[in-house]
Amino acid sequence: MKIDNSLPLEYSTGQNQANILGFWIFIGAEIMLFGTLFAAYFTLVDRTGNGPTGADIFEIAPLLIETFVLLTSSFTIGLAIHAMRLGKQKAMMAFLGITLLLGLVFLSVEIFEFNHFYHVGAGLQTSAFTAILLTTLGTHGGHVTFGLLWGTAIILQIRKRGLTPETANKSFIFSLYWHFLDVVWIFIFSFIYLKGLM
Amino acid sequence: MDYFDRFAVPHPSPAIYASMVAIGLTVIAIFAGLTYFKKWGYLWREWLTTVDHKRIGIMYLISALLMLFRGGADAIMMRAQLAAPENTLLDAQHYNEIFTTHGIVMIIFMAMPFIMAFMNFVVPLQIGARDVAFPRLNALSFWLFFMGAMLLNISFVVGGSPDAGWTSYFPLASNEFSESVGTNYYMFALQISGLGTLMTGINMITTILKMRAPGMTLMKMPMFTWSSLVANIIIVFAFPVLTVALLMGTMDRLFATNFFTTANGGMDMLWANFFWVWGHPEVYILILPAFGIYSEIISTFSRRNLYGYKSMVGSMVIISLLSFLVWTHHFFTMGQGALTNSIFSITTMAIAVPTGVKIFNWLFTLWKGKIVITTPMLYSLLFIPIFTIGGVTGVMLGMSAADYQYHNTMFLVAHFHMVIIPGVVFGMLAGLHYYWPKMFGFKLNDKIGKVEAWVISMSTLLAFMPMFFSGLDGQARRMYTYSESTGFGIYNMISMVGAVGLAIGFCLIVYNVYYSTRYASRDVGSDPWNARTLEWATHSPVPEYNFAMTPQVNSLEPFWDAKKRGHELFTGYYEKIHMPNNSGVPFILGCIFFAWGFSFIFGMWIPAIVTTIGIFACMAYRSFENDHGRYISVNEIQKTETSRGA
Amino acid sequence: MKKKWSFLTIIFTIVIMLTGCEPLLVLDPKGPQAERQASDIMLSIGIMSVIVLVVFVILIIMLVKYRASKQREDYEPPHIEGNIWVEVICVGIPVLIVAYLSFVSVQSNNIVESAPKGYEDKEPLIVYASTSNWKWHFSYPEENIETVNYLYIPTDRALEFKLYSYGPITSFWIPQLGGQKYAMADMLTTLHLAADAPGEYMGRNASFSGKGFAENTFNVTAIPQAEFDEWVEEVKESAEPLTEEKFVELLKPSIVGQSTFTGTHLEFLPPPKKHNKHTNRASNSEHSEHNKY
Repeated sequence: MKIDNSLPLEYSTGQNQANILGFWIFIGAEIMLFGTLFAAYFTLVDRTGNGPTGADIFEIAPLLIETFVLLTSSFTIGLAIHAMRLGKQKAMMAFLGITLLLGLVFLSVEIFEFNHFYHVGAGLQTSAFTAILLTTLGTHGGHVTFGLLWGTAIILQIRKRGLTPETANKSFIFSLYWHFLDVVWIFIFSFIYLKGLM
Repeated sequence: MDYFDRFAVPHPSPAIYASMVAIGLTVIAIFAGLTYFKKWGYLWREWLTTVDHKRIGIMYLISALLMLFRGGADAIMMRAQLAAPENTLLDAQHYNEIFTTHGIVMIIFMAMPFIMAFMNFVVPLQIGARDVAFPRLNALSFWLFFMGAMLLNISFVVGGSPDAGWTSYFPLASNEFSESVGTNYYMFALQISGLGTLMTGINMITTILKMRAPGMTLMKMPMFTWSSLVANIIIVFAFPVLTVALLMGTMDRLFATNFFTTANGGMDMLWANFFWVWGHPEVYILILPAFGIYSEIISTFSRRNLYGYKSMVGSMVIISLLSFLVWTHHFFTMGQGALTNSIFSITTMAIAVPTGVKIFNWLFTLWKGKIVITTPMLYSLLFIPIFTIGGVTGVMLGMSAADYQYHNTMFLVAHFHMVIIPGVVFGMLAGLHYYWPKMFGFKLNDKIGKVEAWVISMSTLLAFMPMFFSGLDGQARRMYTYSESTGFGIYNMISMVGAVGLAIGFCLIVYNVYYSTRYASRDVGSDPWNARTLEWATHSPVPEYNFAMTPQVNSLEPFWDAKKRGHELFTGYYEKIHMPNNSGVPFILGCIFFAWGFSFIFGMWIPAIVTTIGIFACMAYRSFENDHGRYISVNEIQKTETSRGA
Repeated sequence: MKKKWSFLTIIFTIVIMLTGCEPLLVLDPKGPQAERQASDIMLSIGIMSVIVLVVFVILIIMLVKYRASKQREDYEPPHIEGNIWVEVICVGIPVLIVAYLSFVSVQSNNIVESAPKGYEDKEPLIVYASTSNWKWHFSYPEENIETVNYLYIPTDRALEFKLYSYGPITSFWIPQLGGQKYAMADMLTTLHLAADAPGEYMGRNASFSGKGFAENTFNVTAIPQAEFDEWVEEVKESAEPLTEEKFVELLKPSIVGQSTFTGTHLEFLPPPKKHNKHTNRASNSEHSEHNKY
């Protein structure tokens, strides 16, 4: 395996570069995935049947916490990658840890929110609107959950092996993933929640 | 016993019992054979755990051929049922299951793996790479596809096959109107193999963008590689739509949501839209690589460079863009109004322009050439006229007002068979004969091959031309029977003859494989066809590292230049070659996915949870695994190269 | 190539012989919409035949002229990149053809999607055609009668079908009067037709809808207005009233023969709106009047 030291660690081998490009393409597919979910959401948003509308069930407080927490985590993972570029393994792991912690907070609030939806009569089976709402949020939440597991695995690997081209590559790709989830959340925030609350 | 009732086939017939027995015996025979010949270890080491793109390609090829016969058997049964009016060979339910699985098997489990086979085998060789960018992911893609295919195929002996058409329109596909677990099979088989396809898409794009031999700029890529690149880009953008649609359909069926139901705000048209937003590009995913193969073959056997390379690339890119803008033409009759229909009518007909450019470029490639007619070339030459007939009827269908009369009729069935069979199947068969020596080190018999090509193409005309007429005479598709007074009998009888002809043609291919395996000369050299691109610059069969030295490219046809103009393809000396290790994880993960899908299909939640955890465990294992691959030493390379006569 | 040509000739002869006796339904139109569609079909067949012919001719010329067996042993085909003018022709002519067909297509779309021309003197007859597995219900709101699996229509009068379904998507199709349109559960679609000549026509559901799909047909009888009025009177005198219980019974999956009722189901089970946003048909009783859009 040829290592090119003129490049950042995460780009230093041919395989690493392929991994990063491959992941960008994967994000392209993810954009289509969420794009389709949004298309379905906009089609079904008014089809509430006998169930509640968005304005009936959305709550400001959990929404603001989720948004704040997730945006902050996107910032901290940026710091983690910055630390990685400087070769500061401890700082990097600390920021990565904070990111995952914030992700966990996000997820807890989202679970709380789902519970709230359920209790105000917006279950998965209530109407086409509630189904697509919960599916879209759930798909994003599922991605966050997967991210938590993945991030934990990366922290464990860095602890064991240090910052190698491999672990650096994984961390960088993970940061792309996490930023992407943040972007999706911004869309969810604006077009599902804000539009629904208005 | 109630618990086990759901695994029973709801509509058993002698044919189904016979296939149960046949499946059982085949499985026993395979296991016994492997044990007797002590081949378990060989199978595991060399095939099940392989990450070599060539072997994966061959496994795709074998699966595709098997599925071709599965789907073909369905087709024969359908044609036999319809051959005479008021026939009672099959009842309505059986007929419905058969045409549904025929469609799914042929598109998803025959045509897709067929193109995957050639993409896997040929693309890395054409661009001078050692393997694809992510060899293990590639193995996983294959196993996901394979397990998806197996899942659909056990449906007709366990629980019942899907019966709502391959388009699976809701609400027909909902629990209310399709009570058996069949449509659950559809959802999970497509979801699992679709995941595999998406991974292949990512893998191939990365491979083509990152791993080309030095000097091979994008505009110096062979046409098949270009077509694969475009097809895989379509895959990456189209398949997530299917993923979401299947997810929503699955939730409707398993968790009683109301996405596509007729109550509580559900919207049945949404499924049709999503399905075709994926479904139409899917057609181009299939046909573009076939176009790529035709380009290679026609240029090789005209002994000329491909005419209009740039416009060929350009037209493929335009086709790929347009393919996302025409989905509504699958339901002009849904009542969107004149304006929407007019827009989609125009975009649909517009696709004819780039396609026409490709046809004319192939014709002009023949111009001033020195045409040698071999089996692959014969398939390609037969493709042009038959595809043109099929293609122009596509333009006719694109005229939305007239489509009100074609829609849902045999005219439509005739159209898409006359496009897909010459467009995709002929292309794959041409590729099969063309690349066979590269894969296995001997040629398929040319005489038998030509008979195949003639029998198959004439039978295609015989089977599908009458459908244009019966469609215009009012025969709707998917009818399991019709009365004598309709007058459809004679058309369907002719179709039946054509279907039998097709069956004979496909059996001839099998015979050809058998015959050539026994009798063909093993001394074909690395370049049996006098071809032009890089895949012919290495040995046949190809050594595991593909090229002992990385080829140097400075033109579109580097190998031709090396032969004719003294271009030096390989310069320098042998270096040790890094190769990925084999891995059992993809196969095991594939098996877990199979169990996962099966658990969900029957709503068995505990196994579903266990297998879900199993999937994550496999991924974690892969993440923590510290595997840096292995090296092939210079000595070893030298030995291999000498033994192959370099 | 000879084999192939003789083969093709045989096929086409057979087909022409077959079709020579009786015209294909779609190409034997009995109404203005179907006529427009049939003329579009014939036009496109004509233009497309020319294209097919051109491709065949070029292919044959190339194959005859440039076969290796007809050339010198040492002939080396030249390297030809492509020619901008050839490309312009290959793009230009198809673009012109597609543009022309697009023009025709847009025009035809507007024709088949609006009330047929030439019948402005009379109000169109509105018929609500709905499907349940596997039958057709035809409600005549003005006449206040309902039929199952058969349809009487007056000639020389515009017909306006309102289509919807109590189940899977189906497609209402009378080939000789005009093309089809979907009937769906949560959207009302409109199909404009008219019959010029009296006669019996075949009508069916063209969209696969499950086990009884093949039998999901109906007879269409077109008769002059006076006879149609007589028929309505006769039905009103002889038929039983359609009750809600009777209709719900009819909705269950089954294959039934023809039957006739007075009254329509529109009164107790209203059809969906054209763009039904809040679809809960049973609760939308306020929309029960027959909207004209």
